[in-house]
Amino acid sequence: MSAFVNTDPKDFHGVWVFCEQRGGELMTTDFELLSEGRKLADDLGVELCGLLLGDNVEPLARQLGGYGADRVYVCQHPLLKDYTTDAYSKVVCDIVMEKKPEIVLIGATNIGRDLGPRCAARLHTGLTADCTHLDVDVAKYKEFLKTTSTLDVEGMKWDMEDKGLKMTRPAFGGHLMATIICPRFRPQMSTVRPGVMKCAPYDEAKAAACKVELCPVELGEQDLRTRVTEVVKQAKAAVALSGAEVVVSVGFGISKDVKPGLELAEQLAAALGGVVGSSRACVDAGWISADHQVGQTGKTVRPRIYIALGISGAIQHKAGMQDSECIIAVNTNADAPIFEVADYGICGDLFQVVPLMLEELGVK
Amino acid sequence: MKYFVCVKQVPDTSGKVAVKADGTMDRASMATIINPDDLNAVEAALTLKEANPEAKVIVITMGPPPAVSMLRELLAMGADEAVLISGREFGGSDTFATSQIVAAGIHHIGLESDDIIFCGRQAIDGDTAQVGPQIAEKLDIPQVSYAADIRQEGNKLTVKRMLEDGYMTIEVRTPCLVTCIKELNTPRYMTVKGILECDKKPYTVFDYETLKDEPLIEPDTIGLKGSPTNVYKSFSPPVKGAGIMLEGSGKEAVSKLFATLAEKHII
Repeated sequence: MSAFVNTDPKDFHGVWVFCEQRGGELMTTDFELLSEGRKLADDLGVELCGLLLGDNVEPLARQLGGYGADRVYVCQHPLLKDYTTDAYSKVVCDIVMEKKPEIVLIGATNIGRDLGPRCAARLHTGLTADCTHLDVDVAKYKEFLKTTSTLDVEGMKWDMEDKGLKMTRPAFGGHLMATIICPRFRPQMSTVRPGVMKCAPYDEAKAAACKVELCPVELGEQDLRTRVTEVVKQAKAAVALSGAEVVVSVGFGISKDVKPGLELAEQLAAALGGVVGSSRACVDAGWISADHQVGQTGKTVRPRIYIALGISGAIQHKAGMQDSECIIAVNTNADAPIFEVADYGICGDLFQVVPLMLEELGVK
Repeated sequence: MKYFVCVKQVPDTSGKVAVKADGTMDRASMATIINPDDLNAVEAALTLKEANPEAKVIVITMGPPPAVSMLRELLAMGADEAVLISGREFGGSDTFATSQIVAAGIHHIGLESDDIIFCGRQAIDGDTAQVGPQIAEKLDIPQVSYAADIRQEGNKLTVKRMLEDGYMTIEVRTPCLVTCIKELNTPRYMTVKGILECDKKPYTVFDYETLKDEPLIEPDTIGLKGSPTNVYKSFSPPVKGAGIMLEGSGKEAVSKLFATLAEKHII
């Protein structure tokens, strides 16, 4: 079944990003992955290509160039309008087999995590799920390990010529970090967690220089074994947690007076131009909807300021916020694990501390 | 008509997790549980069986022999048969090799035109969500992932497939594979009757000998040797340097915090 077994990595060139669109709109994840892919392509000295599938999506390609793509392959066909596993995996595998990229990055969205494994299995190659850090250059990987692990990096043997993709991801609910490699097969595939890679600024000159290439698509009704009868966008505005500059999150500490506790968080978020996040406890208790949840099973955020109110800091929560630039924690328990990752901590009751914060910010 | 349910026994990562000095997990010291999403998959099969009583629910897992304790629990919940795929040739498999072996196991039992395979969305140890779709690919059947609602009419399934910003309604025909999320249902408990009867139900072990003639089983596609991915390094997650704990919790502490934030141009 795996018709495409090519174990000679030398035949594969270029870094690709699968650029997801929904309803004709690009996803923010596309820009994050292109920004990250740009660095990998530069380290390898190869081209960065976007792969865009959809119906009449060619006009979107230029924008992908603005975030770093040298070239965008556009596969458009009426049957690609809405995502289906069969149509998308066929088109992606066909073009990968033809053009042979060495790296393929896919956003770890509900769609990317449906498409990625299916393609990797068909292409007979490895796929690493939900990565939070990528390297090709060994020197850069060593620097990464020095700042994030306690490993004796200099005491280890390294092959400095190795240009394979080193894909790092949390495992065991965030208790362990693992770096995965795919040495024998190509392309090296990775789904990348949304909200983790930093998005580069949009560059109009790059957008203008981007080469857009329309690719023929061979697809018929017989290729689709599922039928999408409706696509429903849920009415409630999605919480823009991933891209937020400031996140004010609440935890079980609001339990003694839930509604006023949430209102305090909302006021503080509004005063700082941010959004309200939450720990899993509040979501499970039904106090706040799941799209506010930060953590291993929720969203990963890396805002400029993260304020944790009444959050104890379970490892699953920390996994989703510990890369924030400045973390401020307020908790009545001085031993709460959240203080281990906080830059500034106040041991106190959020119901007393937050009004003081609002006062500092000039809010009554 | 068969409902296959692929399940996994996993370390309970919500409790205390032991990491050894070399950066690997001390699995032996941790409690094991049935992967939570897999319970939703089992429940989905048992619910559909209520409307299709002729259907047989077969739970299938790959793992070391102790995984039998999980299979007994699932039989006590109401599954009809259990299969354990176990063998040292299968050890060290990544998602690619695992799906290859589980697909071979299902193929060995026989996948018929009215069968459905259920999987949990993802396991809490690896969190990859890859094995379900990869089993579907190896068996060349359609898949629907992230199912929050499943309706069956004859050989047609209508599935509510969740997206981050909404959902899709998808129609698919059997044989097919569905991955289940926790919003789909509330898993039932074992019953006393189920516990008393579980040891009378068929339980089979597939080892390498059983599966070696399956077309999907080749030495270079299973186990550690057949896995395209390898662990390069593993380590404990970073611990941030100690932050500043402000004295007190009153006005002074808050004022000091905001003064520091302003000084560092954070606010």
